[in-house]
Amino acid sequence: MELVTPDWGLVAWTTLAFLLLLFLLAKFAWKPIMGAIDDRERFIEDALLKAEAAKEEMSRLTNENEVLLKQARAERDLILSEAKKIKEQIIADAKEAAHKEGARQIELARVEINNQKAIAMADVKNQVATLSIQVAEKILQNQLKDQQKQDELVAQLLKEVKL
Amino acid sequence: MYLSHILNSKKIALSVILGVFLTFCTCKTFAIQHEEAHEAAAEAGHEKAEFDPSETILEHIGDSHYFHIGGHVAFALPVILYTDKGLETFSSSVFEHGHAAYQGKYYKYALVKDKVKAVTGEDKQIDQTASVYDFSITRNVISLWMSVLMLLVIFLSVASSYKKRTGKAPKGFQSVIEPDILFIRDDVAMPNIGYKYARFMPLLLTMFFFILINNLIGMVPFFPGGSNLTGNIAVTFVLAVVVLIVVNVNGNKYYWKHIFAPDVPFWLYPIMWIVELAGIISKPFALMVRLFANIMAGHVIVIALISLIFIFKTLAIAPVSIAFTLFIDVLELLVAFLQAFIFTMLTALFIGSAVEEHHH
Amino acid sequence: MFGSIAALGAGLAVIGAGIGIGQIGGKAMEGISRQPEAAGKIQTAMIIAAALVEGVALFGVIVALLGNK
Repeated sequence: MELVTPDWGLVAWTTLAFLLLLFLLAKFAWKPIMGAIDDRERFIEDALLKAEAAKEEMSRLTNENEVLLKQARAERDLILSEAKKIKEQIIADAKEAAHKEGARQIELARVEINNQKAIAMADVKNQVATLSIQVAEKILQNQLKDQQKQDELVAQLLKEVKL
Repeated sequence: MYLSHILNSKKIALSVILGVFLTFCTCKTFAIQHEEAHEAAAEAGHEKAEFDPSETILEHIGDSHYFHIGGHVAFALPVILYTDKGLETFSSSVFEHGHAAYQGKYYKYALVKDKVKAVTGEDKQIDQTASVYDFSITRNVISLWMSVLMLLVIFLSVASSYKKRTGKAPKGFQSVIEPDILFIRDDVAMPNIGYKYARFMPLLLTMFFFILINNLIGMVPFFPGGSNLTGNIAVTFVLAVVVLIVVNVNGNKYYWKHIFAPDVPFWLYPIMWIVELAGIISKPFALMVRLFANIMAGHVIVIALISLIFIFKTLAIAPVSIAFTLFIDVLELLVAFLQAFIFTMLTALFIGSAVEEHHH
Repeated sequence: MFGSIAALGAGLAVIGAGIGIGQIGGKAMEGISRQPEAAGKIQTAMIIAAALVEGVALFGVIVALLGNK
């Protein structure tokens, strides 16, 4: 019976000791310990999340790089092909221009030649005319020494001249 | 929890052992009755009485005003009495190990069954008129303060190493304590109390480690240990009262509605009130008895097994006795953790049922 | 004689508790082997149930102690 009857002296001491222990440990032990554990857990969680984010960022950057590289490559190809086209264009243009110039030159030359020819012809004609006139004068002077012959000639000439 | 798979077989073993032991108990009571007749005859003649295992056991599991170191060497502990006439303090050495009475300032005192009582005359008749409250520093009180001191030293040093090593992995003693704390938090508090667990963590942790360390101190068989603190009803009574107060102070409206206005026809209310109020009391009461009886039974079994040597008065029984004691000690080591865990667990469960927000 | 009868009764209570805890343990084992992933929860529930059964047995022990003196 006495074994299951609480001894009030011990009850009082236990109450005092337990409450004191509870107070001291709660204030000076559990608070910092739980705080530290929570902080560390939060820290680890944060670190994990950050690592995850960094990984994502990394893969994102890699993707971006690849895209950029692809774009750059495409652009380069484009530029190259354009340059090629331009080159061809230039060459073609130059060829055409040369052709045209050549043709123009030839044309000019031909026109000049024609002009010169015309001039020369005119000159020749003039000289021929002059010579002819001089020859004719001389002939005429010779022939037209008598009247009859003059008349005959006039008649003949009139016949012969075609206008 | 990782050890709990052993629980089944060992608990059953413990129950069987307890059953067998209690059968012995009946034999012992016969022996006591038998001896009592002898005692009267023996008292006059020879001082050296026969070995009485029941008395030895009761002496060991009970409280004492002496702290035995070994053999006949014992510390006399201070006696503090609060009488109706005033406070009295003296050393328990004045009782000369219970043989002498002592004339104090107000009354005459003597040890009656290891307890200080006011007595009258030479024949140690208990003085019924005197009201004496015994607040002595007994063996259990010394052990109690020792355990408090140990807990403070351990946890304050652990706390300081947490402060020193902020954000780093635990090291040394920290790594012994941290899994226990996390176990209490993740497996005891969180699942039973819910999201409000943080407020009750200090109480649960203090309770767990207080019970655990006192269970373990009780298992140390020599001088500073060996006191049966958690196997003393006064200590478990205080713990149970703390649980009772904490649970009912934190009970929310659902908890009180469940008690005073449960979903039954109104004419059943008076019966329900009685049942529920009995429930309020019986839960901590079961906690108190469970811890007390478990730890006390462990002490009783160990001392009973050791007593076998003296009962049979032969050393031949010693190997058997020691082997059994060793087995029980290992079992008690498990029980020391298990009871601390169960006490904390059920406390968390009761708190959880009081703060739970549910709708029937 | 009163004490011895009380203790005998307590012994009976302990036998009852032993059977009860044995049942709890056995069923818990079955449950765990059927659903190993729920082992933690089953163990917790098992310990609580065992503690409650044990509490009843310990009342018997207390009765024995009350009767013994």
